[in-house]
Amino acid sequence: MPFVPHSDEETREMLSTVGVKSLDDLFEYIPKDMRPKQFALPEGMTELGTLQRLQGMAGANSTVEMSFLGAGFYDHFIPAAVDAMVSRGEFLTAYTPYQPEAAQGTLQAIFEYQTAICNLMEMDVANASVYDGGSAIFESCMMAVRATRRERIVIDAAVNPLYRRMLHTLTDNLKLDIVEINCDAGLPVKEQIIAAIDDSTAAVVLQNPTFFGNVCDYNDVFAAAKAKGALSILSVNPVLQAVLKTPREMGADIAVADGQSIGQPLNFGGPYLGVMACTKELVRQIPGRIVGRTTDLEGKTGYVLTLQAREQHIRRAKATSNICSNQALCALRALIHLCLLGPDGLAAAAERGMELARYAAEKLSGLPQVTMLNAAPFGNEFALRLPGNAAQTVSKLLGKGILPGALPGKWYPGMDSILLVACTEKNSEEQIDALAAALGDALGGKI
Amino acid sequence: MKTVFAKSKPGRKGVMPAVPKTSAAKMLPETLLRKKRPALPEMSELDVIRHFTGLSKLNYGVDGNFYPLGSCTMKYNPRMNESAAALPGFTAAHPLLAQLPEGEALVQGSLEAIWETERLLCELNGMSAFTMQPMAGAQGELTGALLIAAYHKAKGNKKTKVIVPDAAHGTNPATAALAGYEVVNIKSKDGIVDPEALEAVLDDDVAALMMTCPNTLGLFERHLPKLVEKLRSVDALLYYDGANLNAIMGRMRVGDVGFDVVHLNLHKTMSTPHGGGGPGSGPVGVSERLVPFLPGPRVIKKADGKFGLEYNLPQSIGQVTPFYGHFGVYIKALAYMLRLGGKGLGKASDYAVLNANYIRKRLEGHIDIPYPQICMHEFVASAVTTEAQGVKALDIAKALLDKGYHAPTIYFPLIVKECLMFEPTETESKETLDLFCDDLIAILKEAEKNPDALHAAPVNLPVRRLDETKAAREMVLKDDV
Repeated sequence: MPFVPHSDEETREMLSTVGVKSLDDLFEYIPKDMRPKQFALPEGMTELGTLQRLQGMAGANSTVEMSFLGAGFYDHFIPAAVDAMVSRGEFLTAYTPYQPEAAQGTLQAIFEYQTAICNLMEMDVANASVYDGGSAIFESCMMAVRATRRERIVIDAAVNPLYRRMLHTLTDNLKLDIVEINCDAGLPVKEQIIAAIDDSTAAVVLQNPTFFGNVCDYNDVFAAAKAKGALSILSVNPVLQAVLKTPREMGADIAVADGQSIGQPLNFGGPYLGVMACTKELVRQIPGRIVGRTTDLEGKTGYVLTLQAREQHIRRAKATSNICSNQALCALRALIHLCLLGPDGLAAAAERGMELARYAAEKLSGLPQVTMLNAAPFGNEFALRLPGNAAQTVSKLLGKGILPGALPGKWYPGMDSILLVACTEKNSEEQIDALAAALGDALGGKI
Repeated sequence: MKTVFAKSKPGRKGVMPAVPKTSAAKMLPETLLRKKRPALPEMSELDVIRHFTGLSKLNYGVDGNFYPLGSCTMKYNPRMNESAAALPGFTAAHPLLAQLPEGEALVQGSLEAIWETERLLCELNGMSAFTMQPMAGAQGELTGALLIAAYHKAKGNKKTKVIVPDAAHGTNPATAALAGYEVVNIKSKDGIVDPEALEAVLDDDVAALMMTCPNTLGLFERHLPKLVEKLRSVDALLYYDGANLNAIMGRMRVGDVGFDVVHLNLHKTMSTPHGGGGPGSGPVGVSERLVPFLPGPRVIKKADGKFGLEYNLPQSIGQVTPFYGHFGVYIKALAYMLRLGGKGLGKASDYAVLNANYIRKRLEGHIDIPYPQICMHEFVASAVTTEAQGVKALDIAKALLDKGYHAPTIYFPLIVKECLMFEPTETESKETLDLFCDDLIAILKEAEKNPDALHAAPVNLPVRRLDETKAAREMVLKDDV
């Protein structure tokens, strides 16, 4: 049997040491009426058979060679060295670093990750990551609720709709008042957001670039929040953050992101990582693991998990969050990815996506009856208004092997004609030419 | 070792992912751009490889070291799992593909993998349905608590409390609190949940009891049927913390004995790697009466044998993850379950229990074992005797590190003084266990003769004992090079 090394003789010797006759005797504590009613699991397989079965499943997925699908989750290039490093058993099979002397590798890597995130966001403190971008928003809102002792959250509808849905689900049993402010042609309506921030507001939550790809400046909204004693939470795209105005420059108190686009494959939805950083005033409110630098008995530099008094294993029902794990290996991937690319490489990935998005916007909005959803600045993603139902157009283009983008109509009423197009460095001008030609054909009734 | 920030050299390049022709300044107004480039490390690819190879060498991992770590199930992580999860057909799939018109056809393999994983977990645990959405055990717990709340809400029950035994994992009370419940603790008797203690706090306000079985002392909760009966009398639900599933596969199914909700930690029982603290995967299983409340969308198998997503779930709690959970993690669990099959999984539990009992027996007479009966997959010892000589559980843990073992879990559960909790798992051989016991017994003898040597431990690792107080006081949480 795989992964159990005992020979029959060893099993007998061990049973005899324990003082029982058979393995069954070890389970005599389980009363007869508590034994399984059935246990109809399949027979085991060889390693080869198992892998062939899974290769069959993986092969049943179709590869779309030409994709402009993003909507918060992007197909970026990942250097080979990332996989090579994280597959080292010393990282892969290590436990949570509760015994710091035997886990300096993991601990120093997290400390470096925290530093990289702080520098990217220009924030003071980052944690060791939470599950994903949505849980980072949820945890940030909970931070604000604790810090302000208020219960109202104002969130813009141009924040990723999947994250807003998570926020509603995760807070359903708490007495929070979550107010969503509708956007106008995909753009945040700042006056309405500001008007919604009152003396009972714990936080305002915004996203840059927005779900529709628009790049915004929220200085005025965050200043208004501050004036009312509310905290400002900004969700960003970590690749574009290489060039965009930082959360600190805008006046945010908490910066969050999904770290998927820095070194994580799309993987049908995960694992990714939730990036969280905040100002030093909020250090005791940030949930999750945090690594700090210290010294050992001999004065040598080392790293430990610190400020653990906030966490569930110490504080139990009074903890800042129930979160236990961090996305350690994903955070390591993100760190190695950032080290390989450096500031210039990350900016190059951002600029190439933006440059291609501009090329695509010009080409596509030049087609008859196709217009941009709005005229505001955008990053590597933009929204188009098509004549008629965008879903039908997507179906037609998929038949040609081209996936033209995401369909916001799924989450936004009245947006059935909108197509959200994303570009990364993996796309090219040639692909965009092919997309424009195919879209022209589809709209012209040729396909 | 110097950090990547200390090693950074201005102008040095590693991997350029693209060569853009246009700078950001030409594409966006200055007011929308950051003033200076982020201070990320500037390194060559070899610099990066050397640095992280160097860091990896400072770590223990299951590949190199035995981890008898209670409640954490540090079994061997088969490399086959990694190959399965790295198949490009799986890794390249965008999660939104499945949600496009006719998009389900593009990801039949991924959907089948989810469906198959759920089906195997249902049969293994005797539950009616599973959701793979929760991204880790603690999120699974929260999902479970939300499902319990939704059930009571739908029935018009006014419930305000969740009962948690004193031996429970810390996430249990933290989760109940996060789900808006008042936490009521109850004391164990003879190491297990006491039906009378439950009776004393049980009233119509109780939404659920959260427990694990075997519990964190490694003991089987033999009053379970009585507990189930009592809870049912006030329409309270029973929650199973699946952290200790590795003890009972094939020997008991939590659904059969009356649990309504269960979360599993796939990085424990199902051999997915811990990765230094994550990512995990925390699927949640439910009994029939909770199925309507599961998060959506749910993966279904249609009449024509094709797989799809179901969104029409009017009573669903919503969504706890943007898509379908940690696909890249649970695909490894699927590989493991397919490889072992029912018999192999049962055997894993049998030998996990044999290995734990073998260590327990070998240590008898050398260290105090407060619950000396046959244990399940783990057991606790108490360093009360050595503590009298000034050697605490922590010192023993550090001395074990010096000998190349990861320390057992210490000071948990909270109800045992100077607690050391051992869980060897089934993948360790008899000679590893024998060597470990010999080494631990030698440490315990050393504690009598030369306690100072243990206070000094570890001396063979990259660092000596670290000053945690200083870390918390100075709060150096990033590198300000």
